[in-house]
Amino acid sequence: MNKLEAQNVNVYYGANKVINDISISIKPNSVTAFIGPSGCGKSTFLRLFNRMNDYIDIFKMEGKVEIDGKNIYDKNIRVEELRKQIGMVFQKPNPFPKSIYENIVYGLRIQGIKDKNILDETVEKSLKQAALWEEVKDKLKNSALALSGGQQQRLCIARTLAVEPTVILMDEPASALDPISSAKVEELIYELKNNYTIVIVTHNMQQAARVSDTTAFFYMGELIEHDATKLIFTNPKNERTQNYVTGRFG
Amino acid sequence: MPRTKERLIEVGLAAAALVTILTTVGIIWVLFSQTFEFFSNVSIISFLTDTQWTPLFADKHFGILPLVAGTFLTTLIAILVALPIGLTIAIYLNEYAPKSFRKIVKPLLEILAAVPTVVYGFFALAVITPFLQNLIPGMAGFNALSAGIVMGIMIIPLITSMSEDALFAVPMSLREASYGMGSTRLQTAFKVMVPAASSGIIVSVILGISRAVGETMIVAIAAGQQPRLTLNPLVPIETITTYIVQVSTGDVAHGSLEYRTIFAAGMALFVFTFILNNISYWVKKKFQEKYE
Ligand SMILES: Nc1ncnc2c1ncn2[C@@H]1O[C@H](COP(=O)(O)OP(=O)(O)OP(=O)(O)O)[C@@H](O)[C@H]1O
Ligand SMILES: [Mg+2]
Repeated sequence: MNKLEAQNVNVYYGANKVINDISISIKPNSVTAFIGPSGCGKSTFLRLFNRMNDYIDIFKMEGKVEIDGKNIYDKNIRVEELRKQIGMVFQKPNPFPKSIYENIVYGLRIQGIKDKNILDETVEKSLKQAALWEEVKDKLKNSALALSGGQQQRLCIARTLAVEPTVILMDEPASALDPISSAKVEELIYELKNNYTIVIVTHNMQQAARVSDTTAFFYMGELIEHDATKLIFTNPKNERTQNYVTGRFG
Repeated sequence: MPRTKERLIEVGLAAAALVTILTTVGIIWVLFSQTFEFFSNVSIISFLTDTQWTPLFADKHFGILPLVAGTFLTTLIAILVALPIGLTIAIYLNEYAPKSFRKIVKPLLEILAAVPTVVYGFFALAVITPFLQNLIPGMAGFNALSAGIVMGIMIIPLITSMSEDALFAVPMSLREASYGMGSTRLQTAFKVMVPAASSGIIVSVILGISRAVGETMIVAIAAGQQPRLTLNPLVPIETITTYIVQVSTGDVAHGSLEYRTIFAAGMALFVFTFILNNISYWVKKKFQEKYE
Protein backbone atom coordinates (compact mmCIF):
# COMPACT_ATOMS: atom_id res chain seq x y z
CA MET A 1 0.00 0.00 0.00
CA ASN A 2 1.11 3.57 -0.58
CA LYS A 3 2.25 5.55 2.43
CA LEU A 4 1.15 8.91 1.10
CA GLU A 5 -1.34 9.63 -1.57
CA ALA A 6 -2.90 12.74 -3.07
CA GLN A 7 -5.83 12.63 -5.44
CA ASN A 8 -6.93 15.48 -7.66
CA VAL A 9 -5.75 18.15 -5.30
CA ASN A 10 -6.34 21.84 -5.97
CA VAL A 11 -5.05 24.58 -3.70
CA TYR A 12 -6.03 28.23 -3.71
CA TYR A 13 -4.60 31.22 -1.88
CA GLY A 14 -7.59 33.52 -2.10
CA ALA A 15 -8.51 33.61 -5.77
CA ASN A 16 -5.06 32.45 -6.82
CA LYS A 17 -4.92 28.78 -7.80
CA VAL A 18 -1.43 27.50 -6.99
CA ILE A 19 -1.90 23.71 -7.17
CA ASN A 20 -3.76 22.39 -10.17
CA ASP A 21 -5.24 18.89 -10.05
CA ILE A 22 -2.23 17.03 -8.68
CA SER A 23 -2.28 13.31 -7.88
CA ILE A 24 0.73 11.43 -6.55
CA SER A 25 1.51 8.17 -4.73
CA ILE A 26 4.50 7.71 -2.44
CA LYS A 27 5.74 4.32 -1.29
CA PRO A 28 6.79 3.57 2.29
CA ASN A 29 10.50 3.70 3.20
CA SER A 30 11.41 5.69 0.14
CA VAL A 31 12.87 9.11 -0.51
CA THR A 32 10.91 11.30 -2.88
CA ALA A 33 12.38 14.55 -4.17
CA PHE A 34 10.17 17.48 -5.19
CA ILE A 35 11.91 19.67 -7.73
CA GLY A 36 10.81 22.59 -9.85
CA PRO A 37 11.32 26.31 -10.36
CA SER A 38 10.71 28.79 -7.57
CA GLY A 39 7.04 29.51 -6.89
CA CYS A 40 5.75 26.38 -8.62
CA GLY A 41 4.06 25.15 -5.43
CA LYS A 42 6.48 22.57 -3.99
CA SER A 43 6.33 23.92 -0.44
CA THR A 44 2.60 24.40 -0.57
CA PHE A 45 2.11 20.85 -1.78
CA LEU A 46 4.54 19.39 0.78
CA ARG A 47 2.81 21.20 3.62
CA LEU A 48 -0.50 19.65 2.65
CA PHE A 49 0.70 16.38 4.13
CA ASN A 50 0.93 17.70 7.70
CA ARG A 51 -1.76 20.33 7.26
CA MET A 52 0.68 23.11 7.90
CA ASN A 53 -1.15 25.41 5.47
CA ASP A 54 -4.21 25.39 7.71
CA TYR A 55 -2.98 28.46 9.57
CA ILE A 56 -3.02 30.63 6.46
CA ASP A 57 -6.33 32.51 6.43
CA ILE A 58 -6.75 32.54 2.66
CA PHE A 59 -5.74 28.90 2.11
CA LYS A 60 -8.33 26.61 0.57
CA MET A 61 -7.95 23.09 -0.78
CA GLU A 62 -9.98 20.54 -2.69
CA GLY A 63 -9.35 16.85 -3.26
CA LYS A 64 -8.07 14.06 -1.08
CA VAL A 65 -4.79 13.64 0.80
CA GLU A 66 -4.22 10.30 2.47
CA ILE A 67 -1.71 8.73 4.79
CA ASP A 68 -1.94 4.95 5.16
CA GLY A 69 -5.21 5.14 3.30
CA LYS A 70 -6.83 7.63 5.72
CA ASN A 71 -7.97 11.02 4.50
CA ILE A 72 -6.14 13.53 6.69
CA TYR A 73 -8.52 16.36 5.88
CA ASP A 74 -11.38 14.33 7.34
CA LYS A 75 -13.36 16.12 10.05
CA ASN A 76 -12.56 13.64 12.84
CA ILE A 77 -8.79 13.71 12.27
CA ARG A 78 -6.99 15.41 15.13
CA VAL A 79 -4.34 17.49 13.47
CA GLU A 80 -2.04 17.25 16.53
CA GLU A 81 -2.09 13.44 16.30
CA LEU A 82 -1.40 13.63 12.59
CA ARG A 83 1.64 15.82 13.10
CA LYS A 84 3.16 13.41 15.60
CA GLN A 85 3.09 10.89 12.81
CA ILE A 86 4.39 13.25 10.14
CA GLY A 87 7.45 15.22 11.16
CA MET A 88 8.73 18.28 9.37
CA VAL A 89 12.16 19.84 8.89
CA PHE A 90 12.27 23.40 7.65
CA GLN A 91 14.51 25.37 5.34
CA LYS A 92 16.12 27.49 8.01
CA PRO A 93 17.19 25.63 11.15
CA ASN A 94 14.66 26.67 13.79
CA PRO A 95 15.71 25.33 17.18
CA PHE A 96 13.84 26.70 20.17
CA PRO A 97 15.78 29.15 22.34
CA LYS A 98 16.21 26.38 24.90
CA SER A 99 18.92 23.86 25.72
CA ILE A 100 19.84 21.08 23.31
CA TYR A 101 18.23 18.60 25.69
CA GLU A 102 14.99 20.57 25.97
CA ASN A 103 14.78 20.91 22.22
CA ILE A 104 14.86 17.16 21.76
CA VAL A 105 12.38 16.32 24.50
CA TYR A 106 9.95 19.08 23.55
CA GLY A 107 7.76 16.73 21.53
CA LEU A 108 7.63 14.23 24.39
CA ARG A 109 6.92 16.86 27.01
CA ILE A 110 3.90 18.14 25.15
CA GLN A 111 2.63 14.58 25.11
CA GLY A 112 2.89 14.62 28.89
CA ILE A 113 5.86 12.26 29.16
CA LYS A 114 7.82 13.09 32.31
CA ASP A 115 9.80 9.93 33.04
CA LYS A 116 13.42 11.03 33.16
CA ASN A 117 14.72 7.68 31.89
CA ILE A 118 12.54 7.80 28.81
CA LEU A 119 13.52 11.39 28.12
CA ASP A 120 17.24 10.69 28.55
CA GLU A 121 17.08 7.63 26.34
CA THR A 122 15.19 9.48 23.65
CA VAL A 123 17.74 12.31 23.66
CA GLU A 124 20.62 9.92 23.18
CA LYS A 125 18.85 7.80 20.60
CA SER A 126 17.62 10.67 18.44
CA LEU A 127 20.91 12.52 18.57
CA LYS A 128 22.71 9.36 17.54
CA GLN A 129 20.27 8.83 14.69
CA ALA A 130 20.88 12.39 13.56
CA ALA A 131 24.67 11.85 13.77
CA LEU A 132 25.02 14.65 16.30
CA TRP A 133 25.56 12.75 19.54
CA GLU A 134 29.35 12.72 19.51
CA GLU A 135 29.49 16.48 18.96
CA VAL A 136 27.08 17.51 21.69
CA LYS A 137 26.92 14.75 24.30
CA ASP A 138 28.95 16.81 26.79
CA LYS A 139 26.93 19.98 26.41
CA LEU A 140 23.33 18.91 26.37
CA LYS A 141 22.42 21.67 28.81
CA ASN A 142 23.89 24.38 26.59
CA SER A 143 21.71 26.57 24.45
CA ALA A 144 20.87 25.12 21.08
CA LEU A 145 21.40 28.55 19.58
CA ALA A 146 25.13 28.24 20.27
CA LEU A 147 25.44 25.40 17.74
CA SER A 148 26.56 25.96 14.14
CA GLY A 149 23.92 26.14 11.41
CA GLY A 150 24.62 22.61 10.28
CA GLN A 151 24.48 21.27 13.81
CA GLN A 152 21.25 23.18 14.42
CA GLN A 153 19.67 21.57 11.38
CA ARG A 154 20.70 18.09 12.54
CA LEU A 155 19.32 18.99 15.96
CA CYS A 156 16.02 19.89 14.30
CA ILE A 157 16.05 16.54 12.54
CA ALA A 158 16.79 14.80 15.84
CA ARG A 159 13.98 16.74 17.48
CA THR A 160 11.62 15.52 14.78
CA LEU A 161 12.82 11.92 15.13
CA ALA A 162 12.25 12.01 18.89
CA VAL A 163 8.50 12.02 18.34
CA GLU A 164 8.86 8.81 16.29
CA PRO A 165 7.06 9.84 13.13
CA THR A 166 6.72 7.50 10.18
CA VAL A 167 6.99 10.23 7.57
CA ILE A 168 9.45 13.14 7.48
CA LEU A 169 8.79 16.14 5.27
CA MET A 170 11.82 18.28 4.50
CA ASP A 171 11.59 21.66 2.82
CA GLU A 172 15.03 22.48 1.40
CA PRO A 173 16.69 21.19 4.58
CA ALA A 174 20.23 21.80 3.37
CA SER A 175 19.87 24.99 1.39
CA ALA A 176 20.97 27.26 4.23
CA LEU A 177 24.01 25.12 5.06
CA ASP A 178 27.64 25.03 3.98
CA PRO A 179 28.69 22.16 1.65
CA ILE A 180 30.10 19.98 4.42
CA SER A 181 27.06 20.31 6.68
CA SER A 182 24.89 19.83 3.65
CA ALA A 183 26.68 16.58 2.80
CA LYS A 184 26.15 15.38 6.38
CA VAL A 185 22.44 16.05 6.16
CA GLU A 186 22.29 14.19 2.86
CA GLU A 187 24.08 11.23 4.35
CA LEU A 188 21.61 11.31 7.18
CA ILE A 189 18.64 11.26 4.83
CA TYR A 190 20.15 8.23 3.16
CA GLU A 191 20.42 6.44 6.51
CA LEU A 192 16.93 7.36 7.64
CA LYS A 193 15.33 5.96 4.53
CA ASN A 194 15.34 2.44 5.99
CA ASN A 195 12.90 3.38 8.68
CA TYR A 196 11.03 6.41 7.41
CA THR A 197 9.22 7.68 4.39
CA ILE A 198 10.91 10.91 3.38
CA VAL A 199 9.78 13.68 1.07
CA ILE A 200 12.33 16.36 0.35
CA VAL A 201 12.00 19.62 -1.55
CA THR A 202 15.27 20.69 -3.13
CA HIS A 203 16.68 23.09 -5.68
CA ASN A 204 19.89 21.12 -5.86
CA MET A 205 19.72 18.64 -8.76
CA GLN A 206 22.78 16.67 -7.64
CA GLN A 207 21.28 16.35 -4.22
CA ALA A 208 18.00 15.10 -5.62
CA ALA A 209 19.87 12.64 -7.79
CA ARG A 210 21.99 11.41 -4.88
CA VAL A 211 19.43 10.91 -2.14
CA SER A 212 16.09 10.15 -3.75
CA ASP A 213 14.47 7.03 -5.15
CA THR A 214 11.80 8.88 -7.07
CA THR A 215 11.62 12.46 -8.24
CA ALA A 216 8.58 14.62 -8.92
CA PHE A 217 8.91 17.63 -11.18
CA PHE A 218 6.50 20.50 -10.52
CA TYR A 219 5.88 23.35 -12.88
CA MET A 220 3.45 26.24 -12.36
CA GLY A 221 1.23 24.38 -9.97
CA GLU A 222 1.17 21.15 -11.91
CA LEU A 223 2.92 17.85 -11.44
CA ILE A 224 4.59 17.32 -14.78
CA GLU A 225 6.29 14.03 -14.12
CA HIS A 226 6.92 11.63 -11.23
CA ASP A 227 9.17 8.68 -11.84
CA ALA A 228 12.26 6.81 -10.69
CA THR A 229 15.00 9.38 -10.08
CA LYS A 230 17.31 7.69 -12.55
CA LEU A 231 14.75 8.01 -15.32
CA ILE A 232 13.94 11.63 -14.51
CA PHE A 233 17.58 12.61 -14.73
CA THR A 234 18.63 10.49 -17.68
CA ASN A 235 15.57 9.88 -19.75
CA PRO A 236 12.54 12.00 -18.78
CA LYS A 237 9.38 11.61 -20.78
CA ASN A 238 8.48 15.28 -20.76
CA GLU A 239 10.46 17.92 -22.57
CA ARG A 240 10.00 20.50 -19.78
CA THR A 241 11.45 18.06 -17.25
CA GLN A 242 14.36 17.49 -19.59
CA ASN A 243 14.97 21.22 -19.90
CA TYR A 244 14.78 21.75 -16.15
CA VAL A 245 17.08 18.94 -15.04
CA THR A 246 19.65 19.84 -17.66
CA GLY A 247 19.57 23.43 -16.47
CA ARG A 248 18.10 25.01 -19.57
CA PHE A 249 15.63 26.99 -17.47
CA GLY A 250 14.60 27.45 -13.89
CA MET B 1 18.73 85.70 3.52
CA PRO B 2 17.96 81.96 3.66
CA ARG B 3 21.28 81.62 5.52
CA THR B 4 20.10 83.81 8.39
CA LYS B 5 16.79 81.99 8.51
CA GLU B 6 18.58 78.69 8.72
CA ARG B 7 20.72 80.03 11.56
CA LEU B 8 17.71 81.28 13.43
CA ILE B 9 16.08 77.89 13.26
CA GLU B 10 19.27 76.24 14.41
CA VAL B 11 19.58 78.54 17.41
CA GLY B 12 15.91 78.02 18.22
CA LEU B 13 16.29 74.24 18.23
CA ALA B 14 19.42 74.40 20.36
CA ALA B 15 17.62 76.65 22.82
CA ALA B 16 14.73 74.20 23.07
CA ALA B 17 17.11 71.35 23.75
CA LEU B 18 18.92 73.46 26.34
CA VAL B 19 15.69 74.23 28.18
CA THR B 20 14.96 70.52 28.54
CA ILE B 21 18.41 69.75 29.83
CA LEU B 22 18.41 72.71 32.21
CA THR B 23 15.03 71.72 33.59
CA THR B 24 16.23 68.19 34.26
CA VAL B 25 19.40 69.42 35.88
CA GLY B 26 17.37 71.89 37.91
CA ILE B 27 15.00 69.22 39.18
CA ILE B 28 17.82 66.91 40.15
CA TRP B 29 19.72 69.72 41.83
CA VAL B 30 16.74 70.82 43.92
CA LEU B 31 15.97 67.22 44.80
CA PHE B 32 19.50 66.51 45.92
CA SER B 33 20.14 69.74 47.79
CA GLN B 34 16.83 69.65 49.66
CA THR B 35 17.31 65.98 50.47
CA PHE B 36 20.78 66.79 51.74
CA GLU B 37 19.37 69.50 54.01
CA PHE B 38 16.77 67.04 55.25
CA PHE B 39 19.38 64.50 56.19
CA SER B 40 21.34 67.06 58.17
CA ASN B 41 18.36 67.07 60.56
CA VAL B 42 17.23 63.45 60.35
CA SER B 43 19.61 60.51 60.34
CA ILE B 44 19.52 58.17 57.38
CA ILE B 45 19.32 55.24 59.80
CA SER B 46 16.09 56.40 61.38
CA PHE B 47 14.75 57.36 57.95
CA LEU B 48 15.29 53.80 56.77
CA THR B 49 14.39 51.90 59.95
CA ASP B 50 11.81 53.90 61.91
CA THR B 51 8.43 52.24 61.52
CA GLN B 52 6.41 55.43 61.76
CA TRP B 53 6.00 58.36 59.42
CA THR B 54 4.48 61.30 61.30
CA PRO B 55 6.30 64.48 60.21
CA LEU B 56 3.16 66.55 60.51
CA PHE B 57 2.35 65.53 64.08
CA ALA B 58 3.70 66.81 67.34
CA ASP B 59 5.48 63.52 67.98
CA LYS B 60 7.55 63.47 64.81
CA HIS B 61 8.85 60.27 63.25
CA PHE B 62 10.60 60.12 59.90
CA GLY B 63 10.55 56.43 58.96
CA ILE B 64 9.93 55.98 55.23
CA LEU B 65 8.97 52.30 55.67
CA PRO B 66 5.20 52.84 56.02
CA LEU B 67 5.14 54.81 52.75
CA VAL B 68 7.31 52.19 51.07
CA ALA B 69 4.99 49.47 52.33
CA GLY B 70 1.96 51.32 50.97
CA THR B 71 3.63 51.80 47.61
CA PHE B 72 4.78 48.18 47.53
CA LEU B 73 1.33 46.86 48.43
CA THR B 74 -0.63 48.84 45.86
CA THR B 75 1.98 48.09 43.19
CA LEU B 76 1.94 44.37 43.98
CA ILE B 77 -1.85 44.24 43.72
CA ALA B 78 -1.75 46.20 40.48
CA ILE B 79 0.75 43.81 38.89
CA LEU B 80 -1.15 40.74 40.14
CA VAL B 81 -4.16 42.11 38.29
CA ALA B 82 -2.41 43.48 35.20
CA LEU B 83 0.05 40.71 34.36
CA PRO B 84 -2.32 37.73 34.02
CA ILE B 85 -5.01 39.74 32.26
CA GLY B 86 -2.62 41.72 30.07
CA LEU B 87 -0.64 38.65 29.06
CA THR B 88 -3.77 36.63 28.38
CA ILE B 89 -5.08 39.33 26.08
CA ALA B 90 -1.70 39.56 24.35
CA ILE B 91 -1.59 35.80 23.79
CA TYR B 92 -5.16 35.76 22.59
CA LEU B 93 -4.57 38.60 20.15
CA ASN B 94 -1.38 37.11 18.80
CA GLU B 95 -2.15 33.39 18.72
CA TYR B 96 -5.88 33.03 18.38
CA ALA B 97 -7.66 36.15 17.24
CA PRO B 98 -8.29 36.76 13.55
CA LYS B 99 -6.26 39.66 12.20
CA SER B 100 -9.34 41.82 11.80
CA PHE B 101 -10.21 41.46 15.49
CA ARG B 102 -6.71 42.40 16.50
CA LYS B 103 -7.01 45.55 14.44
CA ILE B 104 -10.11 46.60 16.38
CA VAL B 105 -9.00 45.65 19.88
CA LYS B 106 -5.56 47.25 19.91
CA PRO B 107 -6.83 50.83 19.42
CA LEU B 108 -9.54 50.18 22.03
CA LEU B 109 -6.84 49.29 24.52
CA GLU B 110 -5.02 52.49 23.69
CA ILE B 111 -8.18 54.37 24.65
CA LEU B 112 -8.15 52.64 28.01
CA ALA B 113 -4.62 53.96 28.40
CA ALA B 114 -5.77 57.50 27.61
CA VAL B 115 -8.37 57.74 30.39
CA PRO B 116 -7.24 60.39 32.93
CA THR B 117 -6.11 58.77 36.15
CA VAL B 118 -8.43 60.94 38.21
CA VAL B 119 -11.30 59.10 36.53
CA TYR B 120 -9.74 55.79 37.51
CA GLY B 121 -9.38 57.04 41.07
CA PHE B 122 -12.98 58.01 41.25
CA PHE B 123 -13.96 54.67 39.72
CA ALA B 124 -12.01 52.88 42.46
CA LEU B 125 -13.64 54.89 45.23
CA ALA B 126 -17.19 55.01 43.92
CA VAL B 127 -17.55 51.62 42.21
CA ILE B 128 -14.91 49.09 43.19
CA THR B 129 -14.81 49.83 46.91
CA PRO B 130 -18.59 49.55 47.50
CA PHE B 131 -18.62 46.41 45.39
CA LEU B 132 -15.80 44.84 47.39
CA GLN B 133 -17.33 45.95 50.68
CA ASN B 134 -20.31 43.77 49.84
CA LEU B 135 -18.01 40.79 49.42
CA ILE B 136 -15.58 41.54 52.23
CA PRO B 137 -17.34 42.79 55.36
CA GLY B 138 -15.23 45.11 57.49
CA MET B 139 -13.26 46.51 54.59
CA ALA B 140 -12.47 50.18 55.06
CA GLY B 141 -13.81 52.84 52.69
CA PHE B 142 -10.26 53.78 51.80
CA ASN B 143 -7.99 50.81 51.16
CA ALA B 144 -5.06 49.51 49.14
CA LEU B 145 -7.07 46.77 47.44
CA SER B 146 -9.44 48.92 45.37
CA ALA B 147 -6.69 51.34 44.45
CA GLY B 148 -4.37 48.47 43.48
CA ILE B 149 -7.00 46.72 41.39
CA VAL B 150 -7.88 49.85 39.48
CA MET B 151 -4.23 50.71 39.02
CA GLY B 152 -3.84 47.22 37.57
CA ILE B 153 -6.66 47.91 35.14
CA MET B 154 -4.89 51.11 34.16
CA ILE B 155 -1.65 49.20 33.47
CA ILE B 156 -3.26 46.40 31.42
CA PRO B 157 -2.94 48.25 28.10
CA LEU B 158 0.75 48.84 28.69
CA ILE B 159 1.43 45.18 29.48
CA THR B 160 -0.79 43.93 26.68
CA SER B 161 0.66 46.20 24.07
CA MET B 162 4.30 45.55 24.93
CA SER B 163 3.84 41.79 25.43
CA GLU B 164 1.95 41.59 22.18
CA ASP B 165 4.81 43.31 20.37
CA ALA B 166 7.26 40.87 21.95
CA LEU B 167 5.17 37.86 20.94
CA PHE B 168 4.72 39.24 17.47
CA ALA B 169 8.50 39.55 17.10
CA VAL B 170 9.06 35.83 17.75
CA PRO B 171 9.89 34.29 14.37
CA MET B 172 7.09 32.39 12.66
CA SER B 173 9.52 29.49 12.21
CA LEU B 174 9.44 28.72 15.95
CA ARG B 175 5.69 28.52 15.93
CA GLU B 176 5.82 26.22 12.91
CA ALA B 177 8.41 24.01 14.60
CA SER B 178 6.11 23.64 17.57
CA TYR B 179 2.98 22.94 15.54
CA GLY B 180 4.98 20.58 13.37
CA MET B 181 5.63 18.33 16.35
CA GLY B 182 2.00 18.10 17.28
CA SER B 183 1.57 20.95 19.76
CA THR B 184 -1.79 22.50 20.28
CA ARG B 185 -2.13 26.25 20.06
CA LEU B 186 -2.17 26.51 23.83
CA GLN B 187 1.02 24.47 24.21
CA THR B 188 2.70 26.49 21.51
CA ALA B 189 1.69 29.73 23.20
CA PHE B 190 2.92 28.81 26.65
CA LYS B 191 5.86 26.52 25.94
CA VAL B 192 7.38 28.29 22.96
CA MET B 193 6.02 31.76 22.34
CA VAL B 194 5.93 33.12 25.88
CA PRO B 195 9.42 31.84 26.80
CA ALA B 196 10.81 33.17 23.53
CA ALA B 197 9.20 36.55 24.20
CA SER B 198 10.08 36.54 27.88
CA SER B 199 12.50 39.46 27.77
CA GLY B 200 9.88 41.74 26.25
CA ILE B 201 7.28 40.51 28.71
CA ILE B 202 9.60 41.08 31.66
CA VAL B 203 10.35 44.58 30.44
CA SER B 204 6.63 45.29 30.14
CA VAL B 205 6.14 44.18 33.74
CA ILE B 206 9.00 46.33 34.98
CA LEU B 207 7.65 49.37 33.18
CA GLY B 208 4.24 48.49 34.62
CA ILE B 209 5.78 48.47 38.10
CA SER B 210 7.39 51.81 37.33
CA ARG B 211 4.02 53.23 36.36
CA ALA B 212 2.39 51.83 39.49
CA VAL B 213 5.09 53.10 41.82
CA GLY B 214 4.81 56.58 40.37
CA GLU B 215 1.01 56.60 40.10
CA THR B 216 -0.50 59.31 42.28
CA MET B 217 -4.11 60.18 41.59
CA ILE B 218 -5.70 56.77 42.05
CA VAL B 219 -4.02 56.08 45.36
CA ALA B 220 -4.54 59.62 46.61
CA ILE B 221 -8.27 59.30 45.98
CA ALA B 222 -8.97 55.69 46.89
CA ALA B 223 -6.30 54.38 49.25
CA GLY B 224 -6.63 56.86 52.10
CA GLN B 225 -3.83 59.03 53.43
CA GLN B 226 -2.69 57.21 56.49
CA PRO B 227 0.93 56.06 56.57
CA ARG B 228 0.82 52.62 58.08
CA LEU B 229 3.37 49.84 58.13
CA THR B 230 1.14 47.00 57.00
CA LEU B 231 0.52 44.63 54.15
CA ASN B 232 -3.17 44.37 54.93
CA PRO B 233 -4.94 45.44 51.73
CA LEU B 234 -8.22 46.23 53.49
CA VAL B 235 -7.19 49.26 55.54
CA PRO B 236 -6.24 52.81 54.57
CA ILE B 237 -2.57 53.31 53.71
CA GLU B 238 -0.46 55.98 52.11
CA THR B 239 2.02 55.75 49.27
CA ILE B 240 5.10 57.88 48.69
CA THR B 241 3.42 59.79 45.89
CA THR B 242 0.29 60.46 47.88
CA TYR B 243 2.31 61.88 50.73
CA ILE B 244 4.10 64.24 48.38
CA VAL B 245 0.79 65.49 47.02
CA GLN B 246 -0.66 65.82 50.48
CA VAL B 247 2.17 68.02 51.71
CA SER B 248 2.60 69.99 48.49
CA THR B 249 -1.04 70.99 48.48
CA GLY B 250 -1.18 71.55 52.25
CA ASP B 251 -0.09 74.60 54.23
CA VAL B 252 3.34 73.54 55.38
CA ALA B 253 5.83 76.40 55.53
CA HIS B 254 8.43 76.50 52.76
CA GLY B 255 11.92 75.70 53.94
CA SER B 256 10.77 73.92 57.09
CA LEU B 257 11.80 70.38 57.95
CA GLU B 258 8.24 69.18 57.29
CA TYR B 259 8.48 70.72 53.85
CA ARG B 260 11.77 68.99 53.11
CA THR B 261 10.28 65.57 53.88
CA ILE B 262 8.68 65.60 50.44
CA PHE B 263 12.09 65.86 48.85
CA ALA B 264 13.39 62.94 50.86
CA ALA B 265 10.30 60.96 49.88
CA GLY B 266 10.73 62.10 46.29
CA MET B 267 14.32 60.94 46.39
CA ALA B 268 13.22 57.49 47.55
CA LEU B 269 10.78 57.38 44.65
CA PHE B 270 13.45 58.54 42.24
CA VAL B 271 15.83 55.81 43.40
CA PHE B 272 13.14 53.14 42.94
CA THR B 273 12.19 54.09 39.42
CA PHE B 274 15.80 54.64 38.50
CA ILE B 275 16.66 51.10 39.57
CA LEU B 276 13.63 49.67 37.80
CA ASN B 277 14.45 51.43 34.55
CA ASN B 278 17.99 50.17 34.72
CA ILE B 279 16.86 46.61 35.30
CA SER B 280 14.55 46.79 32.31
CA TYR B 281 17.34 48.23 30.19
CA TRP B 282 19.66 45.45 31.32
CA VAL B 283 17.09 42.71 30.66
CA LYS B 284 16.43 44.08 27.20
CA LYS B 285 20.09 44.17 26.34
CA LYS B 286 21.01 40.83 27.81
CA PHE B 287 18.25 38.88 26.09
CA GLN B 288 18.76 40.63 22.80
CA GLU B 289 22.34 39.46 22.77
CA LYS B 290 21.22 35.94 23.44
CA TYR B 291 18.93 35.97 20.43
CA GLU B 292 21.36 36.95 17.71
N1 LIG C 1 0.94 32.38 2.47
C1 LIG C 1 0.72 32.60 1.16
N2 LIG C 1 -0.23 33.48 0.79
C2 LIG C 1 -0.46 33.72 -0.52
N3 LIG C 1 0.20 33.14 -1.52
C3 LIG C 1 1.17 32.25 -1.21
C4 LIG C 1 1.48 31.94 0.15
N4 LIG C 1 2.48 31.04 0.17
C5 LIG C 1 2.79 30.82 -1.14
N5 LIG C 1 2.01 31.54 -1.96
C6 LIG C 1 2.04 31.51 -3.43
O1 LIG C 1 1.83 30.18 -3.86
C7 LIG C 1 2.69 29.85 -4.93
C8 LIG C 1 3.49 28.63 -4.57
O2 LIG C 1 4.37 28.94 -3.53
P1 LIG C 1 5.33 27.88 -2.84
O3 LIG C 1 5.95 28.52 -1.68
O4 LIG C 1 4.59 26.64 -2.61
O5 LIG C 1 6.40 27.66 -4.00
P2 LIG C 1 7.76 26.83 -3.95
O6 LIG C 1 7.74 25.93 -5.11
O7 LIG C 1 7.98 26.22 -2.63
O8 LIG C 1 8.83 27.97 -4.22
P3 LIG C 1 10.34 28.07 -3.68
O9 LIG C 1 11.13 27.11 -4.47
O10 LIG C 1 10.72 29.47 -3.96
O11 LIG C 1 10.31 27.75 -2.23
C9 LIG C 1 3.53 31.06 -5.20
O12 LIG C 1 2.96 31.75 -6.28
C10 LIG C 1 3.41 31.88 -3.96
O13 LIG C 1 3.49 33.24 -4.26
MG1 LIG D 1 9.39 26.54 -1.03
